[in-house]
Amino acid sequence: MKRILILVCLCAAMVFSASTIYANPEAYHVGCAFAVTGKASWLGEPERNTVEMIAKQINDNGGINGHPLVLHIEDTQGDNTRAVNAVKKLIKKDKVCAIIGTSRSGTSMAAIPVATQSEIPMISCASAAVITTPVEQRKWIFKVGPDDSDAARNIFEHMNAHDINKIGILTGTTGFGAAGREQLKEIAGEYGIEIIADETYNPTDTDMTAQLISIRKTGAQAVINWSIVPAQSIVSQNMQQLKLTIPLYQSHGFANIKYAEAAGDSAEGCIFPAGRIMAVDTLSDDHPQKAPLTEYKKAYESTYNEHVSTFGGHAYDALWILVNALKKVGDDPAKLRDELENTTFVGVGGIFEYSEKDHCGLDKDDFALLTVKDGKFVVLKD
Amino acid sequence: MNHTDGAFVDVLQFLIMGIQRGSIYAMVAMGFNMIYNATGIINFAQGEFVVLGGLMMVTLTMAYNLSIVFAFILTVLFLIIAGILMERLTINPVKQPTVLRLIIITIAVSIIIKGAAMVFWGKGSHYMRHFSGTESLDFYGARILPQTLWIFAILFFVVVAYILFFNYTMTGKCMRACAINRDAARLAGINDRKMVMLSFALSAGIGAIAGIIITPIIQMDYARGAMLGLKGFGAAVLGGLGNSMGAVVAGVLLGILEAMGAGYISSHYMDAIALVILLFVLFIRPSGIFGSSEAMRLKEF
Amino acid sequence: MKGKNSAGFLALIIGIIATPFLVTNDYYLGVLIFAAFNSLACIGLCLLMGYAGQISIGHGAFVAIGAYTSGILTAKLAWSPWLAMLCGILLVIVIAFCLGIPALRLKGHYLAMATLGFASIVHIVVVAAVDLTGGPSGIVNIPRLDLFGYVLNSDRQYFYFSWGVVALGIYIAFNLINSRMGRGLQAIHGSEDAAASLGINITSYKVQVFMLSAVFASVSGSLYAYYVNYIDPGPFDVGHSVLLVTMVAVGGLHNIWGALIGAIFLSLLPEFLSFLSEYLEAFGIEYQPDFDTLIYGSILLIIMLFLPEGIFKGITGSMGSVVSSVKKSLGRTAGREQ
Repeated sequence: MKRILILVCLCAAMVFSASTIYANPEAYHVGCAFAVTGKASWLGEPERNTVEMIAKQINDNGGINGHPLVLHIEDTQGDNTRAVNAVKKLIKKDKVCAIIGTSRSGTSMAAIPVATQSEIPMISCASAAVITTPVEQRKWIFKVGPDDSDAARNIFEHMNAHDINKIGILTGTTGFGAAGREQLKEIAGEYGIEIIADETYNPTDTDMTAQLISIRKTGAQAVINWSIVPAQSIVSQNMQQLKLTIPLYQSHGFANIKYAEAAGDSAEGCIFPAGRIMAVDTLSDDHPQKAPLTEYKKAYESTYNEHVSTFGGHAYDALWILVNALKKVGDDPAKLRDELENTTFVGVGGIFEYSEKDHCGLDKDDFALLTVKDGKFVVLKD
Repeated sequence: MNHTDGAFVDVLQFLIMGIQRGSIYAMVAMGFNMIYNATGIINFAQGEFVVLGGLMMVTLTMAYNLSIVFAFILTVLFLIIAGILMERLTINPVKQPTVLRLIIITIAVSIIIKGAAMVFWGKGSHYMRHFSGTESLDFYGARILPQTLWIFAILFFVVVAYILFFNYTMTGKCMRACAINRDAARLAGINDRKMVMLSFALSAGIGAIAGIIITPIIQMDYARGAMLGLKGFGAAVLGGLGNSMGAVVAGVLLGILEAMGAGYISSHYMDAIALVILLFVLFIRPSGIFGSSEAMRLKEF
Repeated sequence: MKGKNSAGFLALIIGIIATPFLVTNDYYLGVLIFAAFNSLACIGLCLLMGYAGQISIGHGAFVAIGAYTSGILTAKLAWSPWLAMLCGILLVIVIAFCLGIPALRLKGHYLAMATLGFASIVHIVVVAAVDLTGGPSGIVNIPRLDLFGYVLNSDRQYFYFSWGVVALGIYIAFNLINSRMGRGLQAIHGSEDAAASLGINITSYKVQVFMLSAVFASVSGSLYAYYVNYIDPGPFDVGHSVLLVTMVAVGGLHNIWGALIGAIFLSLLPEFLSFLSEYLEAFGIEYQPDFDTLIYGSILLIIMLFLPEGIFKGITGSMGSVVSSVKKSLGRTAGREQ
């Protein structure tokens, strides 16, 4: 019995000694909760890298109105329980004024009640529409990931222009894929497009031949592959293997040049909506996003020696939006929240226009349709 | 092409896909069985051997530009050493081995290997070129990748080598003796501890081969081990634990079931279909299709 | 309950009452609340594994069924959370009964595979049955639990409630162990044939304890759903089932207290690791969270290599030997002085 008590005391002691309070009262404390390791680390890692890079840049230039920016970065491992703990730790222990993250839709949904109850603004880097709707229940929650429905609309418009009206969809069984599947089925009718095959695959799946054959059997005129996991690059390879030559559309989850590299020449010609960061070199100079995109791409690629990705771009937008608000109103969470609602920001993901009614701030024009040409992402011409 | 032809081509395509999936399950299951026969435990790090094999091969061929054959041999050797290290460091020192304890140890090792692979190879997916091109071949209307043919051939080669080793070499016979009755084998002068080490070496080697041949098709990342291990475990149990030839048949069967299920029933429930069948087989034949209840009795949990 | 166990139980109650006074930060309380959910599931699993000798790598599925029954009935049909939790309990009793009858005839690794297979099937269904479970998007707006019309809003209230349930679970477990059924179970664990020859109905006993342990898991799932207010398939995958078994084994298989300690230890470990990185950075050592997985695995390995009976026996055993050696040396010096 004593032993248990001793153990409890020991645990408590360790916990207490860890709760160091940061000495600099002037600093602005911002919390970041990303899936740096675990099943969604391809999201969390570029996000973490990006915010660290920007924070260094800001502090090297004298901070925010003289206040240094202190980032507290927690790893959610893409796990809901860890995300709840991480966000709680940031709010209760590190006393941050706002939170950036989390990376996945699922972890964001799990963390939303915590942020809402503590009345701390949270800018999610995930994209599911439910994160910021209904907006009455999401007073404290914003997001920088674009709405899936806007991506879907871009695809459907292109299909309309090319007389494609019977399609098969193939979605991954992650939060991203499931949300996409929902939106595709909901919106297709508006564009007179009929979904005649609806297949899914696991993030751990290694072969989508069976699903593709089922789609082929229905006589679909095109395939939409909607997923964010690395396994999606197998889809185009399987299509090549099966000599299935109907057009392949991908989601904005494909916007990672590594996926195109992995898919090799089978990805050539596939069409997908994405933020303009993916094809910044082919963007015209008078585009308002040209400057921030070029700057971010250059800084990221020279610092980390790896390709820039949309996901890191989400963290870029989230942090800069927050820093701009901090500049104006300081680190009071309630004032920050009100300021965020009035934010307009030209960023990597697009032109954000937050309002009382809209905590996402992007619309379908913030996507561009891209394609893969000679192993590179380029803006689709037609 | 008329309708029946199309249906036939589809069946053929599912079969090819199923056998390809199943070949990997079969090899993972063979690895499970080797260690099971020597120690009576299931090595939860078996899937991690496959991952290590695949990642190592990617590095050797893509970063160091070694030829496939040379890289293949180096990778298998590397994994054999890893297997021996695992046995020496974590299994051999255990003085009072109970099955559950050893299993948790292998779980711990699998977490460590996963963590190490994440640190060394990063979190991204790694891809490597196919052994001989990606231009798929025509097989009665179905499409088959050259790499798939390589997988079939190498599985066949591994099975033949396995049979030869366990039936015609002294070491193989000693290992079989240990598997049947460890105490009796020891009385006959067989160094059973050494056989345990050997079983880890061989099973890591088979894992490496599985990883090497599948990586061009499925790509490889550090976190894939758990799923491969689970499927392989299913195949090993379905075939009757300890029965490697049963495992090969069961593995291929499981792969075909999955492919057919995905093609004809529902891709949403693809993995569940094979598992439900596995459960029913177990409930009807509690020691797998090819397992004997006699052999099971000898290895109480 | 008697002797050491009742003393331990008392200590647990005191610890539960005292902790929120010592630990005032909601973050730590939150971590301990999650530990309570795992503890509850592990106590049930320990009854099955440690006392009846049957392995199950499928209890994550019962946690999922509890959580999803609660989530669906409250968030979609606006039932009372208590009624929903009760439905979850009834549902897992039925499922555990149907699964237990054929599965518990299996032995060792075959039973492990059957339960593991069951866990994956449940996970797949949860992911695929979008209309019922919300699929990977999960279920939102699950209400908080209320107690006599009083909603458990703060972490402190939920801490007391969830750990109260754990204490109740431990009480039930000890009563079971000391009953006729408990002795019967231990006889089964020793030798099924001998137990059968003594007139113990093996199948019935095994299935009953399987059902009971599933109920523990289901309640823990329901509590999880009411606490996080959101569920998706993520936390209920096969890995969670394996984690529960690992917790029980790490703590000590043959003792309820061991299961409790193991569950608390492995629930807190990832959070401790995140502190470790802060400490190291304070000393100027660059530390990447990437190493967490490695350290976690290594700690697990070291425990299993050096504490074969688990942490609980390891601590009590070494303390016992220290105490006895101190006693001995005291006795010697006392003897010399005389």
